[in-house]
Amino acid sequence: MYLQKQFLVVNMCGIIGVIDRGQSGMDGSGIKEALSLMNERGSGEGAGYVAYGIYPDYPDYYALHVFYDNLVEPKKKVDDLLEKWGRVFQQEEIPTYEQPGLRKKHIPWRYFYKPHKDLVVGSSTPEDDLVKTLVMDINSRIDGALVFSSGINMGVFKAAGWPEDVANFYRIQDYKGYIWLAHNRYPTNTPGWWGGAHPFNLLDWSVVHNGEITSYGTNRQYVESNGYKCTMSTDTEVVAYLFDILGRRHGLSEDLVVKALAPPFWDEIDAMPERQRKIDHAMRLTYGAAQMNGPFAIVVATSQGIVGFTDRIKLRPLVVAENGNKLYISSEEAAIRVMDPDVQNIRMPRAGEPVIGRVIV
Amino acid sequence: MEKLVIDAKGMHYTPLNKQIRQAVAAGVKEIEINNVLGQRFIANGLRGDVKITINGIPGGDLCMFMNGPECTVHGDCEHAPGNTMDGGMIIVHGSAGDAVAHSMRGGKVYVRNNIGYRGGIHMKGYESKKPTLVIGGISHAFLGEYMAGGLILVLGMGSQPIMRDRGIGSGIHGGEIVIRGTVADRLLGVGARKTEFTESDLKRLSPVIEDFCSRFDLDPSPLMNTNYTRIVPSSTRPFADKYTWE
Repeated sequence: MYLQKQFLVVNMCGIIGVIDRGQSGMDGSGIKEALSLMNERGSGEGAGYVAYGIYPDYPDYYALHVFYDNLVEPKKKVDDLLEKWGRVFQQEEIPTYEQPGLRKKHIPWRYFYKPHKDLVVGSSTPEDDLVKTLVMDINSRIDGALVFSSGINMGVFKAAGWPEDVANFYRIQDYKGYIWLAHNRYPTNTPGWWGGAHPFNLLDWSVVHNGEITSYGTNRQYVESNGYKCTMSTDTEVVAYLFDILGRRHGLSEDLVVKALAPPFWDEIDAMPERQRKIDHAMRLTYGAAQMNGPFAIVVATSQGIVGFTDRIKLRPLVVAENGNKLYISSEEAAIRVMDPDVQNIRMPRAGEPVIGRVIV
Repeated sequence: MEKLVIDAKGMHYTPLNKQIRQAVAAGVKEIEINNVLGQRFIANGLRGDVKITINGIPGGDLCMFMNGPECTVHGDCEHAPGNTMDGGMIIVHGSAGDAVAHSMRGGKVYVRNNIGYRGGIHMKGYESKKPTLVIGGISHAFLGEYMAGGLILVLGMGSQPIMRDRGIGSGIHGGEIVIRGTVADRLLGVGARKTEFTESDLKRLSPVIEDFCSRFDLDPSPLMNTNYTRIVPSSTRPFADKYTWE
């Protein structure tokens, strides 16, 4: 029937996202506390954060965050590739701070990078296409290197560990962003490792996810036939690629992307007024291979806003709250209240309903 | 014995529950817990005659396996308050998350406002055990999924329509779901059917409605002079032929 067994056992993960629609910066201390409150939802095998607006000094450069196994062979290959297709403006090791509870397995590195856009023809977003191709190339071909963040003026910070340890490892309180997403992982079907921690990012898209994508096989075929390569050994990365295809390349709005990924049931579509029925019908036929099944609660961010949604039979929790310009989306109300005790309009969105918070321009 | 007051700010649920259990064992009859925020499993497996007041937002599985105590929450609840509860009572002056009263076997859960998805999932009854879940506001989809016994009552105060989400009583094979107002046929789950709500049903449920209203200081009269929809299993074994064949 409609209930999956996982719902009854403690298969969890905790997610939280916040946007200040007026684009005021928030440091990472609040979201660290919120994520730690949901420690029961994790297992200490993965946690991560993403923030938008953290590199205002590099507004034109892609911030590439890379895990290196060592700084010799893989790094030389990545450096050569980057120089071939663009210009590295600056690079450095991402500052980290030793934590007793966290084993440093990779060296997090960052580049501020500008691709030569005239190397790509026939694209309306040539720089994005070039960076996407570079990310796929590095992650699938260069052993010991993994690009885990590739957007402009944003960055992912993640590792295998508990939320506080990962936050303190990167000192996320030193970064100020107007959007933050965070994730506390409880790996079930795939191993917990640094690359498998959330958020998953490609270009401007970042994704945190609680649940499982049981349609992963179909979705993976769909994204791979569109030129993406799945290299993270876990299901969630397809969600970032699906948003890149549907949102960036096909130009769909957030609510239409959500409609493609978590569409209404056929009987609900049949009951719609004619115009709406035609749109929903066309969406299901066009994007059948992008449709996601299984239990999930997801929050996706771009520099323009955040969107949260669940699977259409709502097998994972999601709570929304607001305070002035701030919109919060989380697995638990208590996590939101830790960040902001004065939140209002607390509500539970309906299954499949997109909750959207956009920056005010 | 004197009332015990606990400040739970920043406290983990394990020492919190230890303190509660020790107090109850020592004969404390009244406990007030302040600054609760996200602590799971409060009053789990607790037995005895004690009144607990929670000020704040308790975490998931509040009063799981509890038998006897009465727990009042001034705030919202997360998932599954009353999970597999055996007896006693939870009174929530707010809303609650998914799977409220999950697998509940006895006692009462009253929620003043709304609940999330799968309220009363797997609720069951046996002889004198008749678990009761009453919701003052509305419920989301799959209310009473796989329900095997007991009563779910949705009063839908302050909202129209009261039910707009699907799958009510999906897989129900015992107990009853009573919803104020009318319920569209398309919202019924597999194995559920509507049946007439009679005068004798109202008479039978009046004490429940009155008790609910008295707990939240509400006037019960608008809830007496109104129509309800009663949803019951279409048979006691709706899936008898699903996995086995003659």
